[in-house]
Amino acid sequence: MTNLAASALPLDDDQNQRLQRAVEGLSPEQLLWVSGFAAGLAAAAGAQHAAVAPVAAVGRRLTVLYGSQTGNGEGIAEQLVALAKQQGFAARALNLADFKPSALKRESLVSFIVSTHGEGDPPDDAELFHEYLMSDRAAALPDLEYSVLALGDSSYVNFCQTGREFDVRLAELGAMRFAERVECDLDYDAAASAWSSQVVERLPELLDAPPSPAVTHLRAVADAPVHGRDNPFAAEVLVNQRITGAGSDRDVRHIELSLEGSDLEYEPGDALAIIANNPPSLVDEVLDALSLDSEAIVVVGEEPVSLRAALSKKTEITALNLDFLRRWAGHGNSDALHTTIDDADPAVLTEFVTAHQVVDVVRRYPADIDAQAFVDMLRPLSPRSYSIASSAAANPGEVHLTVAAVRYEAFGRPHWGAASTMLADRLDAGDRVEVFVERNPRFRLPSPDTPIVMIGPGTGVAPFRAFIEERAEQGAGGESWLFFGDRTMHNDFLYQLEWQRHLNRGNLTRLDVAFSRDQRKKIYVQDRMRENGAELYRWIQRGAVIYVCGDAKRMAGDVERTLIDIIAEHGGVDCEVAEQQLKALRRAKRYQRDVY
Amino acid sequence: MSKLDVEKIKADSAHLRGTLLESLADPLTGAISEADTQLSKFHGIYQQDDRDVRSERARQKLEPAYSFMIRARIPGGLLTTSQWLGMDRIAREFANDTIRLTTRQAVQFHGVVKRDLKRTIADINQAALDTLAACGDVNRNVMAPPLPSLSRVHRQVQSHAEQLSAHLTPATGAYHEIWLDGKKLLSIADEDEPIYGDTYLPRKFKAAFVVPPQNDVDVYAQDLGFVTIVDNGDITGFNVTVGGGMGMTHGDTATYPRLADVLGFCEPGDVLAVAEAIVKTQRDYGDRANRKHARLKYTIDDRGIDWFRGEVERRSGVTLGKPRHFAFVANGDAYGWHKDDTGAFHYTLFVENGRVRDDGERRLLSSLRAIAERHRCEYRLTPNQNLIVSKVAARDKARVDATMAEFGIENSVRASPLRLHSMACVGFPTCGLAMAESERYLPSLVDKIDAVFADAGLADAPVTLRMTGCANGCARPYIAEIGLVGKGPGRYSLFLGAGFAGQRLGAPYRDNADEAEILDALEPLLRGYGSERGEGERFGDFLVRKGLVHEVSEGRLIHES
Repeated sequence: MTNLAASALPLDDDQNQRLQRAVEGLSPEQLLWVSGFAAGLAAAAGAQHAAVAPVAAVGRRLTVLYGSQTGNGEGIAEQLVALAKQQGFAARALNLADFKPSALKRESLVSFIVSTHGEGDPPDDAELFHEYLMSDRAAALPDLEYSVLALGDSSYVNFCQTGREFDVRLAELGAMRFAERVECDLDYDAAASAWSSQVVERLPELLDAPPSPAVTHLRAVADAPVHGRDNPFAAEVLVNQRITGAGSDRDVRHIELSLEGSDLEYEPGDALAIIANNPPSLVDEVLDALSLDSEAIVVVGEEPVSLRAALSKKTEITALNLDFLRRWAGHGNSDALHTTIDDADPAVLTEFVTAHQVVDVVRRYPADIDAQAFVDMLRPLSPRSYSIASSAAANPGEVHLTVAAVRYEAFGRPHWGAASTMLADRLDAGDRVEVFVERNPRFRLPSPDTPIVMIGPGTGVAPFRAFIEERAEQGAGGESWLFFGDRTMHNDFLYQLEWQRHLNRGNLTRLDVAFSRDQRKKIYVQDRMRENGAELYRWIQRGAVIYVCGDAKRMAGDVERTLIDIIAEHGGVDCEVAEQQLKALRRAKRYQRDVY
Repeated sequence: MSKLDVEKIKADSAHLRGTLLESLADPLTGAISEADTQLSKFHGIYQQDDRDVRSERARQKLEPAYSFMIRARIPGGLLTTSQWLGMDRIAREFANDTIRLTTRQAVQFHGVVKRDLKRTIADINQAALDTLAACGDVNRNVMAPPLPSLSRVHRQVQSHAEQLSAHLTPATGAYHEIWLDGKKLLSIADEDEPIYGDTYLPRKFKAAFVVPPQNDVDVYAQDLGFVTIVDNGDITGFNVTVGGGMGMTHGDTATYPRLADVLGFCEPGDVLAVAEAIVKTQRDYGDRANRKHARLKYTIDDRGIDWFRGEVERRSGVTLGKPRHFAFVANGDAYGWHKDDTGAFHYTLFVENGRVRDDGERRLLSSLRAIAERHRCEYRLTPNQNLIVSKVAARDKARVDATMAEFGIENSVRASPLRLHSMACVGFPTCGLAMAESERYLPSLVDKIDAVFADAGLADAPVTLRMTGCANGCARPYIAEIGLVGKGPGRYSLFLGAGFAGQRLGAPYRDNADEAEILDALEPLLRGYGSERGEGERFGDFLVRKGLVHEVSEGRLIHES
């Protein structure tokens, strides 16, 4: 490193000298590390986006985003990219359908090619991008320079409407137009080539800036985070999207939350805790069952609140626990309930506690009670944890969850989960929900070159979405194999399009699926594992790390037994030895579970 | 700039095998590979998706709701009742409880999912029908008129149609291998595809027989037509027609619908030789670089009809004679009961837009099942998407009537003349090409146009009305007196002035018209027709005579009006 000219620096002489001394003799790798360290310090020192992973440093390049109903847009995009590459510039073409809209804020130079069809509508491929761009949640784009080629048919009323909308809206969002929009009619060849040449002519000046150093971002050794269990962050809901098809009997949501303005950090494998409210209808049912006044004042943890507020926000009424059951039995002196608790087989009692909610019990074993006494019997409402479904590197400033709304009928009334239905039903984009990160150091990706096997039926697939996104960001070389299962392929294949894309791009090596209701005989993930036992055993022999996420009650046990069988069969050992080998894998962190 | 090079896909497909077996086995998608979607058409299978839920599913991170349309090939539209009952079972088991009758006398099933495809195709074959070459760049279902009044001629024409169909069926064993677990071929060097060769035709190819004076098959819309010349109840030969075709592309004036030319006369014994020569000429000279310019009609316009005749005569060794005189009067169907020349009875049912299903009180699917189960008869599908209960003995006629009444379909033919002469393609939500609604919309538009007809004193006037969701022309809209061609949601190009017998193309009259604009455009014209038409004068003829629309003398001039 050469000495820095003092005049170019925001440092005084003394600071400059100290800096020079500090970096003297460091290797290039160490210097890079220091640069990241300093960046982290700066971020922690108070910039608003503190600690949110910074924009991944990508060398400057031209991105051509296209969307058209026919292959025309794609053809022009490919020609433009070829031209740019001939001139020695980095360039890539992407279909808008394959481009995550919120990633636009990470691009610095984009040429758009988009057609218009029907009455001024965007083509199918561009529909979701268009919707995002035109919405209020579209991010500001101060760092983007862009140009637009609009394709259309002048015999339609709103000629080139989508291209025009893109052009105007991008400027509104603060992006800089580097070339005027060009509109093409059906005979687009000449106009499109002229536009492409114009874009390529401008590339030397637009991409002139020297490539930014590849900053390995390391965060400063920071103080304890501001946001945590005791001080949750009110995260804005960005997306609340059902991801099971209309014909599914399950309602699974993909939730995206913004972490902008927080100091929350997470790694793939971590969980996000949600501060939930109880369903209002359930609160009403409890009040009704006990004939209590919702406005009665009760004290919860020294704080006086209305009974309704206590039942909504402070106390556990969806999940039943044995403590409550005992206290209620004691209070009401109900023989029947005492019998249920004292004489029952522990398994039956567990089943009873799992199946019932507080309101089921107070209805079935009625007793008079005053508001304070009732509230005192209840546990405080605890946060609900969800395995995080996103990689922070792939989704800066965001965290994603995969949430199955818990709703079922039992004992003549609907039973609703607190957090899951809050996320699914009671929160829209723009609302806020309190969250904090729960670390899960026992569920971590290995080195990028190590093969991984992921077993995640249902919403258990969530952390594996984070894993694969992370590995795609890293350009990891290690192979990956996912086992997924659910009810039907048509309606319940969670993140189907994303998996297909990851497979096509080589981010995911292999995917085996088991849809239990698509044929007469039910098929589960463990059946697919067994069918591929020899290959699975070879992966284990090659050092693969095995991950299991999802249902603890049945799935995790079935999968474990299957793993033991596979090791026994293909390793030529008996089951006891196989079991020992699996335990050894677990100790070596090569068999990790996140089951609940 | 076509996204997919279909010619290359065909050439690389090993006689239409492609990677269909692998695609069918892929558990991660309800689709087949993109290249296989081109090849599956040759097997009578179109991949489609429910366009009503396309964007909803994209948001749900789910692939489109893929399903398949399967078209069974039925030469001349003739079915035994047991074949019909096979189709009925398939519809109820795999295909949303509906059967769609097509404008080419075939039947279509919609909504069959990938894992049921093989069983469905097997069941169709079990019913002694098949789907091979129902779509794709080959000769499609061969049409022949159902002729409810002329059984002797019907028998002869039907036999010619079946022979032609068999003669032009691809020889590849791919169909049996993939769908019927036939033995696998090791190398296509061992398999001859004598008429088509390894790359089949440049584009689809459509053939039909017709018996004047009815032009129900719309022979002028066919690549290859045989106009039957009948003398005293026997067929003496055929005028051969070539180069008809409907499809065009909006905004591309190099594309156009075209009516067929009469090439010459051939003897009954020369039909197969002449047809084969025509197919092979198109195989060798059709444009394989541009699919929008690949139909036989362009080959003929580019090279001239005389050159074409020479090529066909040279290849077939048949010298074509001077065309015989013939004339057409209409291209619709004759509804209700007809007695034929053998004393048997035939009942032509009106099936709105070819959709056979149970709909409230009108239980068409159930009634056709009941008739097939209870009565001795056969079914004939018409080129206008209708169905004829055929060969009913005089003593059974009343019982057939009673069965129809039992299922609420006895009044199908009492619809307005306009509705009885209307036809729509499938369109949304399944057709991948649709730009505008068609089958789901036409019935309500007919209600509105019927009101204009009534006001103009035309309540009894038959006028042909056809709608398609795109410019490809499946319902042959360019030869309807009122043709509506979908351009965008709720918007249509309006064509007027075609001949009632399908003998003249309509001219573009309005572009991008919405419903109000369509009705506004039609109202004064219909009023004028109501008050000033000549005796027996048809609506299209009237518009041309009055100079209200431009007469389209040739397809390639259609954009010049």
